[in-house]
Amino acid sequence: MTGDVVVHAASPRGPLPAWSLPREAEDQIALPTQWPERVTREWAWGGATGKGVRVCILDSGVEDGHPLVGKLDGAVTVSIDKDENAVVEEDTEGDLCGHGTACAGIVRSLAPECSLYSVRVLGAGFTGSGPVLLAGLRYAVEQGYDLINMSLSTTKKQFAGLLHDLADNAYFRRSVLVASAHNMPVESYPWKFSSVISVGSHELEEPMAFFYNPNPPVEFFGRGVGVEVAWPGGSKIKASGNSFATPHLTGICALIFSKHPELIPFQLKSVLFLTATNVGGGE
Amino acid sequence: MTGAGGDELQAAVAAGVIGSGDRFRGLLRAITEVSRGIFGAMASSILLLDEETDELVFEAVAGYGEDELVGMRFPSGTGIAGWVLSTRTPLILDDVQNDPRFAKDFAAGTGYVPQGLMAVPLLYDERVLGVLEVLDRPQQSQFSLQEMELLGLFANQAAIALDLMQRARQAEAVLAGGSSGDLAVVSRLAAAVSALDEDRRAAGLRLLGDLADTLEA
Repeated sequence: MTGDVVVHAASPRGPLPAWSLPREAEDQIALPTQWPERVTREWAWGGATGKGVRVCILDSGVEDGHPLVGKLDGAVTVSIDKDENAVVEEDTEGDLCGHGTACAGIVRSLAPECSLYSVRVLGAGFTGSGPVLLAGLRYAVEQGYDLINMSLSTTKKQFAGLLHDLADNAYFRRSVLVASAHNMPVESYPWKFSSVISVGSHELEEPMAFFYNPNPPVEFFGRGVGVEVAWPGGSKIKASGNSFATPHLTGICALIFSKHPELIPFQLKSVLFLTATNVGGGE
Repeated sequence: MTGAGGDELQAAVAAGVIGSGDRFRGLLRAITEVSRGIFGAMASSILLLDEETDELVFEAVAGYGEDELVGMRFPSGTGIAGWVLSTRTPLILDDVQNDPRFAKDFAAGTGYVPQGLMAVPLLYDERVLGVLEVLDRPQQSQFSLQEMELLGLFANQAAIALDLMQRARQAEAVLAGGSSGDLAVVSRLAAAVSALDEDRRAAGLRLLGDLADTLEA
């Protein structure tokens, strides 16, 4: 999935963002209207496998070849050098704690044919974690992944502005950030930004059950309790937390994108809303 | 007063009034005991982040490991506690006995490998101070979101206690440090006034006020 959805100004170097719409350009932005009278789950992702959709797991790394994860299409690790520059290298270490593998396995279980990429931003010690997280997210946005799973957040206010810019930048480039909400009374980012899809947990065992929350900032609830997840060493464990609800929504988004690659982020969010278990998807 | 001198004086007064940092160990220990009791767990522990060494330190432990673990430290970027610290998000793992790596921080100190673990970051303001862990809840009970919220409430309480403890320790460190040693007398004064009963405290404060006037004259 690539391509721009905003109005294009003619340019030999490619599309530029347009700040206004001249009369003669009106017909250039005609977009196909393929929305059905009623958006159902069958319309949204019936028969979809996630094929053609690039999903990034921004986390602790992913164990390549794990039975529940399969083959990765790419893995890098992000660090900050002594001159405070971001360094992105091929990741040969896999998963340092297990969390990224768990998230990747959940996405794979829902969207078996999606392309999975790992961007490791954890494991380099605590002190560098904020700048590494930012650098990793910037890299992921630049790579143009369709979906970026962020089962993590930061409480550092100094990073909030930069994260916000990155999240908005991703939104306009059709990269969707799916971020874990915080279930503690603290300020953390980026899940609170409206340009991302924020996810909390519900207690049902059905992986495709998800709810729209009419009382944001948490926008959706996904399966997050007692989930059997992939764990390093080819093993499995049972885990709970918003961290695991998030890749459920990422997987569902991958299915929707693979069937409807033309969707832009706010349309995707609308489809999620219309197919949520408590809206139109519960039938 | 401004600058470092002002900070040191504040630290001196703080040390006198809020007391020894070690006094808060008791509070942390109490929090681990209550969280262990409420969840019916085998053990509960509070790990403090040492930012200077980038390590996590077992600060309080109730139940299994309480004799061995306090003071033990490991790199902050490793293990489940390290992940919770870095991501600022709580995590609950069950049925993990076949993979002891998940809790090597705990297992390394005791040889005891738990079956399950709940870990939640200790967040105060925008800082992450450490991690609260609860090990081995009864396996027969399905974990609920309510428990996660309860754990979050405990974490809040623990974070406030940890913050106070860190402040007290910083104050003590300032007082113990070479040139600032002179300020110990300020700390003693603050502690002495703080300990007086109401009548004598009023008299004590008047006396200090006179002293301040004299010094400023």
